[in-house]
Amino acid sequence: MISIQAVAHSYNSNQQLRFKDWQINNGEQWLLLGQSGSGKTTLLHILTGILKPTAGEVRIGDTSIYQLSPKALDRFRGRQIGIIFQRPHLIKSLTIAENLLLAQSFAKLPENHERLDEVLKSLDMLHKKNAYPNELSQGQLQRISIARAVINKPALLIADEPTSSLDDKNAEAVLELLLQQSGLNQATLVVATHDKRVKDAFTHTYDLT
Amino acid sequence: MSPFRISWKSLAAKPLSSALNILLIAFGTGILTILLLASTQIEEKLNNNSKDIDLVVGAKGSPLQLILSSIYYIDFPTGNIPLKEANELAHNPFVKRATPLALGDNYNGVRIVGTDTNFISLYQLKVQDGKFWKADLEATIGATVAKNQNLKVGDTFFGAHGLTGNSDVHKDHAYKVVGILAPQGNVTDNLILTNIASVWKMHEEPEKAGAHEHHDAPTPNPTSEIQGQEITSLLIQYRSPMSVVMFPRMVNQATNLQSASPAMESTRLFSLIGVGVDTLQWFAILIMLIAAISVFVNLYNSLKERSYDLAIMRTLGASRTKLFVIVILEGLILTIIGTIVGMGLGHLALELIAHYQESSQAKLSGLVFIPSEAYLLLAGLAIGIFASIIPALQAYRSNISKILAKN
Repeated sequence: MISIQAVAHSYNSNQQLRFKDWQINNGEQWLLLGQSGSGKTTLLHILTGILKPTAGEVRIGDTSIYQLSPKALDRFRGRQIGIIFQRPHLIKSLTIAENLLLAQSFAKLPENHERLDEVLKSLDMLHKKNAYPNELSQGQLQRISIARAVINKPALLIADEPTSSLDDKNAEAVLELLLQQSGLNQATLVVATHDKRVKDAFTHTYDLT
Repeated sequence: MSPFRISWKSLAAKPLSSALNILLIAFGTGILTILLLASTQIEEKLNNNSKDIDLVVGAKGSPLQLILSSIYYIDFPTGNIPLKEANELAHNPFVKRATPLALGDNYNGVRIVGTDTNFISLYQLKVQDGKFWKADLEATIGATVAKNQNLKVGDTFFGAHGLTGNSDVHKDHAYKVVGILAPQGNVTDNLILTNIASVWKMHEEPEKAGAHEHHDAPTPNPTSEIQGQEITSLLIQYRSPMSVVMFPRMVNQATNLQSASPAMESTRLFSLIGVGVDTLQWFAILIMLIAAISVFVNLYNSLKERSYDLAIMRTLGASRTKLFVIVILEGLILTIIGTIVGMGLGHLALELIAHYQESSQAKLSGLVFIPSEAYLLLAGLAIGIFASIIPALQAYRSNISKILAKN
């Protein structure tokens, strides 16, 4: 279960963003709706443990994540949270396989090549295992970034505008993969978007407006 | 995926700028290595060769030249001195041991030295094969000479007039190799030793030769043998520390000869070379500094491009410390490879220099490793840390939420 309680954040003294309380049960798939500037990215960063809110509490499972030491929080994030960004970003100097192994070793998990093959296979990308990121298309890269987000079987899978830079066909494919992968890995899914094409696939919605 | 692997692959992805950085550091370290090795070896050779010699007495001229010719066998001798005067000095109460030298001939650039048994005890020589020279035209050769000139016991060779070249060969008399010295690690490895009478024999005018012959060869008494002759110089060992003050003054005032102290002249010589060494050293340090700045700029720029990479690594669970380590490692990998390559190049260059070096007396070697080279490695480490500490701190401090929000 994931919850935020009385969370507020201010970047400077004049302006404060308040977020209404939110509770997500395990395995649910949520849509986070909001126009740009509504604090969507801020909330996602707070949820993923990379931005400490000025007030309030964020709980993932039994852990109040901002009570953790910075180092423990980094590790917790590596193991429990998978993040997919609007534009897929992989480390250019490393191969696809190395990019995924990186996620395992940063989370201080043993390198597991079976798991790596399994994830790549489920996304139909196994043949690109030893390729470098610049040899892949944008759509393929987005698949790899989904693979990287789920490789450690996180409890929470967060996607920030995963479809906005893709055409209809690719957007649909990526959305399908996200839903499929969160189901496959029993991860709670939160997709932040203002993309209307995505809305219909979700029953739960958290609206920022 | 260890931090080292990540750093390594990141550098490997930019081969050109990484290679440039390595090259710069290698040049700086290379020059420093050459300087370090050469000056250590030269100093060692200078000290080793003049170890037990307190004073050199020879003809008037440059004292440095006298030392160079009579101890290091590099320069030309200052001239000759009458044996009679030399003998008087040799029997002076201040003198413990006086070793006469008669120079002037060479064999393929190797100097032939006419001397007596004092030379053997002065340098504590031992033979590894055969025996020491005794009769005229018998020669005992240094270990390096035997190897380079392919001479064995029993071989014969002709000396040539002068100190280099073999245009004027003394064809009348052949030397016979009777012994080979054990390697001494000093100048004697590169000498051909014989008795003084042999050297004189070479230089007898053909018409005079007959007149001297009956007089020279068969007489067993060396003093009568060398009557009225000249030698090049005398190597003096003092009897007591008192002599240091008295004896040189006595030589310079009471006789027509000149005395020179190896210790003083070596110091003078080294201070002359030292200016050049210092200049080169500063030049090398400047190159190292430029290298450090170049590594810094390289890391700093790549950090700008990679700030998003590093932020992604943080979202994957990497701690701040890990990013710090990754960036520092990149600097260290560059500088350590550069330092090692530079040290290798330095040794190689010195070996090449040694290979083409003409003077066999002060031969350098690139295959010798000295402990102070460890300081170069330490310097490489220090430069690596110095160049990467600021970028690494930046990576450590970066606000990933901000970086991610911007893109």
